Amino acid sequence: MDSKKLTKDKFGGFIDLLSKQKLYVPQMAGETLRFAPVDSKDEVNLVFSNTAVPPKSVLFPQTETLYEYEAGGTEMIIPEGPEEKVLLGVRPCDARALTIVDKLFSWDIDDPYYLKKREATTIIGLACQEPGINCFCTSVGGGPASTEGLDLLLTDLGEGYLLQPLTEKGEKLCQDAGELLVDAAGEDNQAADKVHQEAAEKIVRNINVDGIPQKLEDLWESPLWKKVSDACLGCGACTFLCPTCHCFDIQDEMEGFEGRRCRVWDSCMFKEYTLHTSGHNPRPTRRERTRNRVNHKYSYFVKNFGTIACVGCGRCINNCPVNIDILDILSQVVKEAL
Amino acid sequence: MNDNLNPYKPEIVTVEDTWFETQGDRAIKTLKVVFDDEEKRESWEHRPGQCAMIGVLGVGESMISISCSPTEGKFLRFSVMRAGKVTQALHELEPGDKMTVRGPYGNSFPVDDWKGKKILTIGGGIGQAPLRPIIEYVKANRGDYEDLTMIYGSRTSADLCFKKEFEAMRERDDVNIHLSIDIEEEGWPHYVGFVPSLLMEVNPSPENTIAVTCGPPVMINFVLQNLKKLNFADEQIYTTLENRMKCGFGKCGRCNVGNLYVCKDGPVFSYATLKAVPEAFA
Repeated sequence: MDSKKLTKDKFGGFIDLLSKQKLYVPQMAGETLRFAPVDSKDEVNLVFSNTAVPPKSVLFPQTETLYEYEAGGTEMIIPEGPEEKVLLGVRPCDARALTIVDKLFSWDIDDPYYLKKREATTIIGLACQEPGINCFCTSVGGGPASTEGLDLLLTDLGEGYLLQPLTEKGEKLCQDAGELLVDAAGEDNQAADKVHQEAAEKIVRNINVDGIPQKLEDLWESPLWKKVSDACLGCGACTFLCPTCHCFDIQDEMEGFEGRRCRVWDSCMFKEYTLHTSGHNPRPTRRERTRNRVNHKYSYFVKNFGTIACVGCGRCINNCPVNIDILDILSQVVKEAL
Repeated sequence: MNDNLNPYKPEIVTVEDTWFETQGDRAIKTLKVVFDDEEKRESWEHRPGQCAMIGVLGVGESMISISCSPTEGKFLRFSVMRAGKVTQALHELEPGDKMTVRGPYGNSFPVDDWKGKKILTIGGGIGQAPLRPIIEYVKANRGDYEDLTMIYGSRTSADLCFKKEFEAMRERDDVNIHLSIDIEEEGWPHYVGFVPSLLMEVNPSPENTIAVTCGPPVMINFVLQNLKKLNFADEQIYTTLENRMKCGFGKCGRCNVGNLYVCKDGPVFSYATLKAVPEAFA
């Protein structure tokens, strides 16, 4: 299907259409920008920069019930299937991240909780126009208008949006929108290309990832791991806010006679993550834990799935309380491996 | 997707029998359990070396080695050391109580490929639990294997698991048992010293032999060194890793050694494989 155009006076109508399903958009929750369901369409506002919490939190919630049971009982009730959702305003890097998480959750054994939500969700992207100071998507296979993982990509042209349908879900949405949309003209497409190109030019940080998996292997015992992790507080912000991080713990929780077994986000930066029953810990200090985080994203995931598990969104850099910078670590890796 | 395909949803089992292997703060208790669902009882298959996620609803789950061989019958055995919240709850279970089991997880010892060979197991402490199914499997198919030798040690004689079974095995002339304790005790008739030293004392020939070891990481490291001194090839040496796990099928992340997942690619690894993995012996 060819591109469409939505003029801004029709935006309200488009939101009405999307609101037929549960609609999630970036919203402030306290001081944190994150994807949340829309109660009133007046809340819909796409002027924000990228969210602090990635949209993975909708498909892989921070706490998720696996099943419920009653105290002393043996019957386990799995929560009802997910409702149809639309995520509007997803940045291309975060959508690419979902395609990376997809690989893990469908690896040999399907993860029904994630995959069912993924299937029931339509992802509408918004091309990035103001990349952040620590963005480096273009170094790891993405870009401000990358389409991987998206059903529909919106580009803000000022007086309206250019809509590029990318999947059947995206095409269906455009069909349902009917007269709200008009066919995009050649100049609209050109204008969008210009927006995309200008955004890409605003990205200042980069890394050459060629050969990084091998370099990491060669530098396993390098003193650099001690150096780059010395300042780490082990807070886990880098992993919790990472759009590709997917590790979790499973915990039981009782409230009165009602119990549930749930999964909760976990982080390889925590000591307890790998702690053995005996007290032995195969990753005893932040040196080993930092080394694992970087290796997992830039070596192990590449070996297992053929892609780097990092989309260059810059969140781990922006949110580290002690300014640990994965690009800085990677450039040291490149330099040392020479 | 129907609920039966939900890999997180466990089966309910009933505890049939329990007994203590060892006493003390970190006592080891064996739980013998059977599936409540008759169909599951029949269809369940596991191989020596696999683990299962066992748990108590309202408390949590722990990954535990299945410590029986499928040749022993339609039940499962788990030998659990009391160490934390979940294992404490498992220790409180008595016959008739219910618990949860899901699995089995991981690969297994390639016991059928080992037919015609001599089998040597080298265990330390609770590390004997995943080795026990090999011994039982070989005993049940005794004609298929050459010598069966078991080296097993713990800190004190009170810390040895499966003691009664060893006594019974001593009656047979086709199992060689070598026990050790770390510290001298009055009346102890066997070896005193660490397991890797007992291995050198036993001095097994590598010829047509498979050596399998499990125990504390430091013991495994020295056993591996000593097996190399005894001229065992990397391909003749197997171990089983028991990293912390939460899911059992490669999603939750934590059990990785390098790019391998212990729950999926292991827990059984040949030394030839592990040698190439950077943090395997961390």
